[in-house]
Amino acid sequence: MSDAGKSDAAGTALVPRALVAGHGEFAIGIVSAVEQITGRGGVLVALTNSGLGADEIVRTLRDAVTSAGARVIFTDLPAGSWTIAARRVQRDRPDVVVVTGANLPALLDFVFQTHVTNDEAARHSADKGRGAMVVLGSSGGSAGGAD
Amino acid sequence: MPIELFRIDDRLIHGQVVVGWGQPLDVGFIVLVDDEVATSEWEQELYRLGVPPGMAVHFETVAEAADRFARYNGERQVGILLTKDIETMRRLATRVPQLRSINLGGLHYSAGRVQKLRYVFLSPGEEQVLRDLASCGVEVTAQDVPATRPVSLDALLEGRGA
Repeated sequence: MSDAGKSDAAGTALVPRALVAGHGEFAIGIVSAVEQITGRGGVLVALTNSGLGADEIVRTLRDAVTSAGARVIFTDLPAGSWTIAARRVQRDRPDVVVVTGANLPALLDFVFQTHVTNDEAARHSADKGRGAMVVLGSSGGSAGGAD
Repeated sequence: MPIELFRIDDRLIHGQVVVGWGQPLDVGFIVLVDDEVATSEWEQELYRLGVPPGMAVHFETVAEAADRFARYNGERQVGILLTKDIETMRRLATRVPQLRSINLGGLHYSAGRVQKLRYVFLSPGEEQVLRDLASCGVEVTAQDVPATRPVSLDALLEGRGA
């Protein structure tokens, strides 16, 4: 888990609002990127599943929800064990919102959604993340428009 | 087309199975064998969420999986059969003689288990079951994803797998 209790650029203490749960070092890396870009540390708590079995993953997530006080869980892969675990936690905690398929634009958006409910912030960030996926360039070779 | 992979993995359906093995094998269906999951609609719905469109998942008890094995093994698409523990796979193997190979994909730490690989922890009882299966001609190897080399049971139990 990354350090909680960090502050923003103005020195204001920030409380964790979401957990980011991913495979390998995904969560640690993407949370670091969010902090670098926004200057807001401590909003997101990173979790990794490396070396954990199914029961441990659920226990880790449940403990993190309780200790961090966050009510939003971002996971990296819809088919992943974190998402399965998040749904199990959600069964006991219907106030928890799960967003799967998290990417950097989604998390950046979430961090700045501070004046809406968790549910609204999660939905807005999911829309942002979905819309940020763009293919640039083309292998079709139509550039130039010549017939 | 025969079932390509008989995997023991305590996470059951997750990224390594659906993506890691699913994509290179072009898997069309998963048979999840677990007596508890097979009788719980909620558990089944949970695991269905983890399966991408175009990949089917069937939930079976050990008895049902054994009864329907020939049908699954004759499917036109490639299949993976999953159990979350060694005992379930052992029970299935005693009823399905066509089950000749077992993949240890993920058995993580719990009390009484000793680490054999980064992703395989075994209790003495589990080690014995695997030895028994091997003595009956079942090939047991450990391999979390296709890109890694399979580790033989002998190497695994002798600590030569790392």
